[in-house]
Amino acid sequence: MFDFGIWTSWFNNLLTGCMPGWAATLIECVVIGVLVLATYALLALFYILYERKLCAWFQCRLGPMRVGKWGLLQVFADMFKILIKELISLKGTDKFLFKLAPYLVITSSVVMLACLPWGNGLQIINYNIGIFFVLAVSSVGVLGILLAGWSSNNKYTLIGAMRSGAQMVSYELSLGLAIITIVLFAGTMNINELVWQQSNGWFIFKGHIPAIIAFIIYVIAATAETNRGPFDLPEAEHELTAGYHTEYSGIHFGFFYLAEYLNLFIVSGIASLMFLGGWMPLHIPGWDGFNAVMNWIPSIVWFLAKAFFVSYVIIWFKWTFPRVRIDQMLAFEWKYLMPFSLANLVLMAIFVALGWHF
Amino acid sequence: MSDIKERISKICPEATFEEGDCLLVSVPEPKWYPLAKALRDDAGLRFDVLTAVCGVDWKDSIGVVYYLTSTSRSWEVIAVKVAVEDRENPMIHSVSDLWKVANFQEREVYDFFGIKFINHPDMRRFFLRNDWVGYPLRKDYDANPELNPIRLTDEINEDDSVSYVEDENGKVKAVPKKVFEEEDYVVNIGPQHPSTHGVMRFRAAVDGETVKKVDVVSGYIHRGIEKLSEGLTYPQILHFTDRMDYMSAHQNRHCVCLCIEKALGLDVPRRAQVIRVMMDELMRISSHLLSFGCTAMDLGATTAFFYGFREREMVLDIFEKTCGARMSMNYNVIGGVIADLHPDFVKDVKALIEIMPSRLKEYHKVFTGNVIAQNRLRNVGHLSKEDAVNYCITGPSGRGSNWSCDCRKKHPYAVYGELDFEEVLETGCDSFSRYMVRMREIEESCKILAQLVDNIPEGPIRAQVPKMIKLPAGRWYQQVEASRGTFGVYIESDGQKNPYRVHLQSPCFNLVGVMDLTCQGYMIADLITIGAALDFVIPDIDR
Repeated sequence: MFDFGIWTSWFNNLLTGCMPGWAATLIECVVIGVLVLATYALLALFYILYERKLCAWFQCRLGPMRVGKWGLLQVFADMFKILIKELISLKGTDKFLFKLAPYLVITSSVVMLACLPWGNGLQIINYNIGIFFVLAVSSVGVLGILLAGWSSNNKYTLIGAMRSGAQMVSYELSLGLAIITIVLFAGTMNINELVWQQSNGWFIFKGHIPAIIAFIIYVIAATAETNRGPFDLPEAEHELTAGYHTEYSGIHFGFFYLAEYLNLFIVSGIASLMFLGGWMPLHIPGWDGFNAVMNWIPSIVWFLAKAFFVSYVIIWFKWTFPRVRIDQMLAFEWKYLMPFSLANLVLMAIFVALGWHF
Repeated sequence: MSDIKERISKICPEATFEEGDCLLVSVPEPKWYPLAKALRDDAGLRFDVLTAVCGVDWKDSIGVVYYLTSTSRSWEVIAVKVAVEDRENPMIHSVSDLWKVANFQEREVYDFFGIKFINHPDMRRFFLRNDWVGYPLRKDYDANPELNPIRLTDEINEDDSVSYVEDENGKVKAVPKKVFEEEDYVVNIGPQHPSTHGVMRFRAAVDGETVKKVDVVSGYIHRGIEKLSEGLTYPQILHFTDRMDYMSAHQNRHCVCLCIEKALGLDVPRRAQVIRVMMDELMRISSHLLSFGCTAMDLGATTAFFYGFREREMVLDIFEKTCGARMSMNYNVIGGVIADLHPDFVKDVKALIEIMPSRLKEYHKVFTGNVIAQNRLRNVGHLSKEDAVNYCITGPSGRGSNWSCDCRKKHPYAVYGELDFEEVLETGCDSFSRYMVRMREIEESCKILAQLVDNIPEGPIRAQVPKMIKLPAGRWYQQVEASRGTFGVYIESDGQKNPYRVHLQSPCFNLVGVMDLTCQGYMIADLITIGAALDFVIPDIDR
């Protein structure tokens, strides 16, 4: 398996060889920052096209076809349009909070992106509490949404923000419990270690029944966490026009829009990390020839493919299901999903204690 | 009919009778309210449906013609004329407590004729702004644009209403009222909103997410069709009907043609009648497919919307080939239809009938059967059968409350009497039932088309009509079953080449009247669901 660590350590040695340590670190930080932001923007563009194409095919349409071959340049055109649009400031809004909100949302999503394991040796932050840190940062995003809804001084945005707050706080529980189930199984919160533990089989296979249940719960809760259909109540366009970001224009709206797509990628990335082995190729113990062939595929391709697959499932939800109502959504979480994930946690504990796993 | 006369004479000896296409009873104003109560409640009468309320200005007097229908007397229709001579401050007793549908109807009459209804709970203008000068449908209305310039400011005091209350001595005094309480949190939905299906505005008082009251604000695209019609000849009037409920363009136009043909005593060739019925049913399929799509989309299932539109395209192609247009077809004319069928018509209709059952199955798979869709639609927007009758909710929405009200069965017109089809009824009284009635009506419409498609008789497509159409003096009322309910046309003629008064009784006007009733206690999201399942079309309200 190719280790991207060779490249990064070569770059590190190159810098430390010709300058003091602090300068090398500074330059590395800047390079990484630029890389993360560039990846962020490119991924968001890819996701917008991905969803538009997928939804078009679900709906017997072609999707964007005019700008570039198969409409590939459509998203770039859209982004440039958003960039050159005027930022409208409205009467009666809380100017400071109104402008702060999109940055909170996008910051939280960029930080989460930085935590993902992209490939063998391609990881920026490697904490011993990595996955816990991701969960904590993801909660900052909801603050931005609440502020956006509140500061806009509009009844639609306020209702949207309140819905969003109720929804995020509720579904974070199931999301967290699903992740804890796997943490309990793996015995670590370090992202790197989580991936390496799956070298002899992904967690969804090793943990079998409780892991599969946790995966299903995770995908449902993640759909709700990213405000996507059928849980897209905070921006239910048929009720609240656009929910919390109704009053935003230009790049401020663009930030919400990008963050929404990137959050989709991030929750898919975490799903692939926790259940589908992260960047780890598909290994079946004992099949050495097969494993060698799988290793030949670069680890970053594995990671992206898994993340895109989970995203595909979530996009599929959105373009199939109608939207649930706020009371149904909360009842679903508190009456069914959360008790179920608690029971599943206990189940996993029993499985781990008795060693009923591979 | 004679027993009605006897019974009415007993209650109100001053009543005079006039025969026409239905019995017309004229009563003096003070006797109107007791008579109305008797007409509704007396065991032998039971006129439980207030079908239409047409304000008319007869120059020497001003008043209202009420059309009443009795469901128990096999849908017999009578008209009651109430006129007052005081043009400065005309007042008629309101019947909005007897028939709830009169609430909005009387507000419309007040808006256009200035007739104040005593004891009406909420006497505001319905379509026009409250600072509008004059009453447009009066014959002496001053249309000078300087009186009513385009106003650039918001309507002031839009929360203010008034009620004219009569005390025990018969004295009427105005009691000011507020539409919303001071502490209500009012969310404005529309006029520009993705789910109001047009330029409609609701003001909803909410408590958290729960709706407490809905106020309907209408008139943003009112075109004054009734007023315009008074200055045009009969063939010219027809064009407006396609632009009211554009999803019932054929049926609406069919209705006006039928009404004029009835007045002229004209026989329509059988070929034209069959073509008209087929076009009506195609229109109904197209309308219900749109309704399916919009309901799905309002609930957030965008994909189902596209599936509905995919089949609707086939219907529109059929229209395009024969009528030359996909919307506003302008196909029916007085005496028949304007152009013969396209050679592909039979083939295309057969293809549509063949494909629909499998496509309906697909819709049910992708949307109807979905657990979220079921939870969103079932037990939402309860409307009991009694309320449906009282609010005159006809069409699929009424039939969703188990009220058998299909005009094609009750007053058969064209060739509907000879056809074998079922009146679709559902017992749920909720949004899901209304939705299901529409889906099943698509099947029934296909059944009707299948019966007719091979039996289109040869012959002329329209009757000989005089060059200048003049209706004899009199009044006529004609109803047809449009896609969203019973559409009625009232024409009053004084023998001239243009009508003296035209009133178009649109089903959607009544549908929007139950929004307040059906939304109370449900959530904001349900308000959208209820609106989608009632399926009103705004141009039909804002005529």
